[in-house]
Amino acid sequence: MIYALLAEFAGPDELLDAVKQARRHYEDVDAYSPYAVDGLAEALGMRRNRVPLITLLGGLIGGGGIYFLQWYSAVIDYPINSGGRPLNSWPIFIPPTFELTILGAALAAFFGMLLLNGLPKLHHPLFNAPEFDLASRNRFFLGIRATDRRFDPTLTRQYLLGLDPLRVVEVPE
Amino acid sequence: MATKAGTLIHGPGERYVAPGTLVPPRGERYTGAIITDKIADLVLVRPMHRGFYIGFIVTTAFTLLFLVAISYLFATGVGVWGVNQPVAWAFALTNFVWWVGIGHAGTFISAFLLLLRQHWRTSVNRFAEAMTIFAVAMAGLMPILHLGRPWFAYWLVPYPDVMNVWPQWRSPLIWDIFAIATYIIVSIIFWYMGLIPDLASLRDRARSRTKQIAYGLFALGWRGEARQWFRFETAYLLMAGLATPLVISVHTVVSLDFSFGLVPGWHSTIFPPYFVDGALYSGFAMALVLAIPLRAIFRLKDFITVDHLSKMAILLLVTGEIVFYSYVVEAFNAYYSADAYEIAMIKIRYFGPYAPISWSVILCNVLIPQALWSGKLRRTPLALFCLGLVVLLGMWLERFMIIVASLERDFLPSSWHMFYPTFWDLATLAGSVGAFAFMFLLFLRFLPAISMSELRKEAREEPIRASA
Repeated sequence: MIYALLAEFAGPDELLDAVKQARRHYEDVDAYSPYAVDGLAEALGMRRNRVPLITLLGGLIGGGGIYFLQWYSAVIDYPINSGGRPLNSWPIFIPPTFELTILGAALAAFFGMLLLNGLPKLHHPLFNAPEFDLASRNRFFLGIRATDRRFDPTLTRQYLLGLDPLRVVEVPE
Repeated sequence: MATKAGTLIHGPGERYVAPGTLVPPRGERYTGAIITDKIADLVLVRPMHRGFYIGFIVTTAFTLLFLVAISYLFATGVGVWGVNQPVAWAFALTNFVWWVGIGHAGTFISAFLLLLRQHWRTSVNRFAEAMTIFAVAMAGLMPILHLGRPWFAYWLVPYPDVMNVWPQWRSPLIWDIFAIATYIIVSIIFWYMGLIPDLASLRDRARSRTKQIAYGLFALGWRGEARQWFRFETAYLLMAGLATPLVISVHTVVSLDFSFGLVPGWHSTIFPPYFVDGALYSGFAMALVLAIPLRAIFRLKDFITVDHLSKMAILLLVTGEIVFYSYVVEAFNAYYSADAYEIAMIKIRYFGPYAPISWSVILCNVLIPQALWSGKLRRTPLALFCLGLVVLLGMWLERFMIIVASLERDFLPSSWHMFYPTFWDLATLAGSVGAFAFMFLLFLRFLPAISMSELRKEAREEPIRASA
């Protein structure tokens, strides 16, 4: 079983061009780079990024939760009349609310990013691919997955070679 | 299979491993490959340096001293310190404020400068973030050591207990728990998140199975896929946006610990900005003190250049001037308030029993740093290193001055009582410095001190050229 065919490129511009071309013929296209290449995710057809929404929700849960806790403890569970001041003394509840809004949002941003990225993952077929260890160093890879409906081991390899890569390798499942 | 220096591993010629020699010819650009190899090999191949061994032995000794000091304190009680009434807050709280402050510059460099698109931060953010974590760890210990009954520290956290007691939400000391805990958690996440692509580089480059597995586990299976990068960058930017107000709020809350009290010398509205700025001031000083030996010992002068040091020196100068301004305004406000106690406080501070401390503060934080106006000095690493140490000393003394000198004169003269540190006070301070340095050395040994993935991108947009 084949997981994908990988084409290796020397630079980000070559990869970006290749991705734009490959996207015209194939749908299940992936790209791998040693650093974030601007415009690459968009070229791959990524339109929705849910990280900001998850972060917002995390912040609201964190801030809302601690405000509720303060209100509950000060108004319902253990009210103390301190010089006739209001029990729900909201301005003084703000500092913990602020801190936990940040904490909730930060935790959500981090774990949301991991979750959406499918991490952590102990193993992945790509790690068996020769030279793929260079994807975290100086090489750029374009992958066409075997799940693509137009995928054909021979024809897709021919197609990838036409994009002028350094080499094309097969990634076993 | 362990990699030896100077061996050819496999594949194209660029996979040559030779620590210390991985430098392109003079004037040539650093490529992504060389950047990765050079920084990764500092961790994977570990060229040992005698300075490193000596530093490690010394810091281990001080870390042990710290543990002994803590054990003795826990076994005996806070009476081992010089604290008493009215000076119940002394070294522990001074250390606390000082360490939190040092941490702030790390977050400022990594988060705030990212938002401002200051690209030079790329070379310094990783170790500055590590500095933040270790400094805040030291800071977080101090109030717990100071509690008297430290085994009840968890009472500060709201949890449903059988005593039906809640924390006092209206106290800044409770806000402290939330501020410091949030700060350390967010700092660790921010730091670790930035490390993930670099850990993947280490995993891919490591040749021994143990290292591959160790770094591989922490890299969480990062593959550098474009969609992963996209979400990663979004999350990273959001974290920077969250960490920036956080850092300001943390030292604001720390300053409220004091300014909520009615003690003359503490009860002042200038405290939040004054403390936040002082925090950044001491933090930039620490960043310089760490960066200068780091770039020399690990031969990172092409990445952490004199320009980087010079920019940090300018930030040091700016924050230093604001600290100076705060001192002036504090004294002015005391007189302007026409409050007898406030005026007496300022007089006692500068002409009373702690006057030598206060004038040392002025010398270290105001007078000597004026040398930074000289552009030539800002480009002399040794001078900046010494100046950083002076500012760190000055900022510690400043916190001591604010805390102890204000408490020593209570409202009633019959209560006046001087504070003198005991051996265990000094051991706790020295031990915390040693433990901080110990953790920092371990960090340098096991994790890349400079962000490889960010530097690879940076090197493409703006060439980094070899100087020697």
